[in-house]
Amino acid sequence: MSFDKLKERNLGTQEYKLMDIEPYPKTGWEAFKRGFKRSIKGELFGGLKITLTIMKEALFNNQMHTVKYPLEKLPIGPRYRAVHKLLGLLESGHNRCIGCGLCEKICIANCIKMDTKIDENSRKEVTEYTINLGRCIFCGYCAEVCPELAIVHGGRYENASEQRAHFVLKDDLLTPVEFLKDQKEYPGFGAVSPDADEKIKKTPLAY
Amino acid sequence: MESSIIIETIVKILVILLVFSALAGFSTYFERKVLAFMQRRLGPKHVGPAGVLQILADGAKLFTKEDFIPQNAVKPIFMIAPIITAATAFIAMCAVPFFPEFTLFGYTVRPIVSDVNVGVLFVLGAMASGLYGPLLAGMASGNKWSLLGGARTAIQLLSYEVVTGLSLLTPLMIVGSLSLIDINNYQFGGVSNWLIWSQPLAFVLFLIAGFAETNRTPFDLLEHEAEVVAGYATEYSGMRWGMFFIGEYANLYTIAFLAAIIFLGGFNDLWFIPGGIAIILKVAFLIFFFLWTRAAWPHVRPDQLMWLCWKILMPLAIINVVVTGIVMMF
Repeated sequence: MSFDKLKERNLGTQEYKLMDIEPYPKTGWEAFKRGFKRSIKGELFGGLKITLTIMKEALFNNQMHTVKYPLEKLPIGPRYRAVHKLLGLLESGHNRCIGCGLCEKICIANCIKMDTKIDENSRKEVTEYTINLGRCIFCGYCAEVCPELAIVHGGRYENASEQRAHFVLKDDLLTPVEFLKDQKEYPGFGAVSPDADEKIKKTPLAY
Repeated sequence: MESSIIIETIVKILVILLVFSALAGFSTYFERKVLAFMQRRLGPKHVGPAGVLQILADGAKLFTKEDFIPQNAVKPIFMIAPIITAATAFIAMCAVPFFPEFTLFGYTVRPIVSDVNVGVLFVLGAMASGLYGPLLAGMASGNKWSLLGGARTAIQLLSYEVVTGLSLLTPLMIVGSLSLIDINNYQFGGVSNWLIWSQPLAFVLFLIAGFAETNRTPFDLLEHEAEVVAGYATEYSGMRWGMFFIGEYANLYTIAFLAAIIFLGGFNDLWFIPGGIAIILKVAFLIFFFLWTRAAWPHVRPDQLMWLCWKILMPLAIINVVVTGIVMMF
C-alpha cells in the first residue's frame, strides 16, 4: 500500500455533485440583467405552487404527518428496550426467574435488588424483585445475562405516574397470568433456539 | 333627519368594530389552519369542532394575562402605543365601502361610515399613521430588540409609503376621483372593465406595498422572531399585545378590501354572483393569498426592502404614471 493511500482519510466514494453557481455580476449592467432575469423567471410562483400542492396532498391525499399522540401511537420495534418485564412460564404460569442473582450482579447502575429464599420444595424462590427505574440506564445487560430469559425489556415507554415506586415492583414487572398467552419470544441472542428440542440431552444422573 | 344620521353612523361604527374585531380573531384561526395544512400538520383542533373555538380560548388567555410594563419603559407612551395601532386601523375603515347599498326594513343602508370625497387619501393616511404605534412602542419599551423593531418600522414606512401612493396614482388618474365608491362604480359591467387589466403593474406594486404595510411575511421585519425576538412587541403582553394584533389584522382586511375595490371590480355584480358576495369572495382570496405567501416565501433583509422599494418599485411606479399620463393625453 502506498503512503498516499494510507493517508487517504476520506473513506467512501467521492461522488460529489457540484452546484452550478453563476459568477457574481461585476458591473452594474450585469447586476441589472441578473435582477431582471430573476424577476421575470417567476421563481416566487414556484414556491407558491409547492406549498399549495403540499396543502392539497395533506388534505385530500392522506399525506398529513401529524400523529394525534394520546389517541394514536407510532408502532415501536418488537424488541424495543423500554421498561423491563419479568416473563412467566407458558405452561405453569410460574415465574421463570430462578433467583440466580446474575442480573443484580451485572447491573452497572446498581438498580436491581432481589431477595430470595429456599422454599418448601428446596427450590430457590424470589420474594422481592425491584428495579429502580430512576437509576436504570436501559443498557440491557440484565436481559442479556439472564440464563432463563426471565427478565426482558418490554415496549412500555409511557412511565408517567404519581410515584416512581409504581414502576419498580415485581408485581408490575411480572407478566400477569391472564396475559401469558400474549407473551412473545423473539429469536436472537439469548433466545431459545428453534431446534432446542433436538439438542436437549438426558442429563446423566450417575457420575 | 339629523339624529337619524347620527344613530345610523353610530350603528355602522359599532358593526364595523365588532365584525372586524371578530374577524381578526377568526383570521388567526384561519391562518393557523392554512399554515398547518401547508406544512402537513393539523393545526388547532381540540377546542370546539375542528378547533373553531380556539379563538375564544386565546381571547380568554389574552384578557387574563398580566399587563406588564417594564421598569425602564416610558410609561404613558408604552401604554398608548397599541391603542394607536388598533384605533388607526379602524379609523381607516370608515372611508371604505364594504358592500353595495342594500335595503333593510324599507331603509336604504349605505355600508360606508362616511363617503368622504378624498376616500383613498384618507384610508392611506390613517393606515400610515398607524405605523406610529410600532415606532413609539419600540422606542418606549426600554429594550434593545424593541428599539431595533421600532427603527425597522421607520425604514419600512419610508420605503413602502412612496410606492403605495404612486401605484394608486394611476387608477386615480383614470377614474378621476378619490372616492372609493366612484372607483367602484367606474368598473361597473363585468370582468373586462376591471382596472387590473389596464393597470396590472399598479396592482402588483400595490400588493407588494400592501405586504409591507401590513407587516406580512416577505416584509415582516418589524417583529421577525429569528432576528429581533418579537421586535417592537417584545415587552408587550396581554391585551396590549392583543391590540397590536387586532390592528394588524384589521389593516390586512383594509388592504384586501382596497385591492378588491380599486383593482378587482369591487362590489359590482360578477356574472351571476351578487356584488356583496363577489367582494367577500375577492377579499377571501386576497387574504388566503396573504397567508399562502407566508407559508411559501422567505422574508427579506431591511436593506433589501429599502433597495427593492427605492430602486425597483418606485422607478417602476413613476414609469407607470408617466406612461399612463401619455396614453391618457392622446
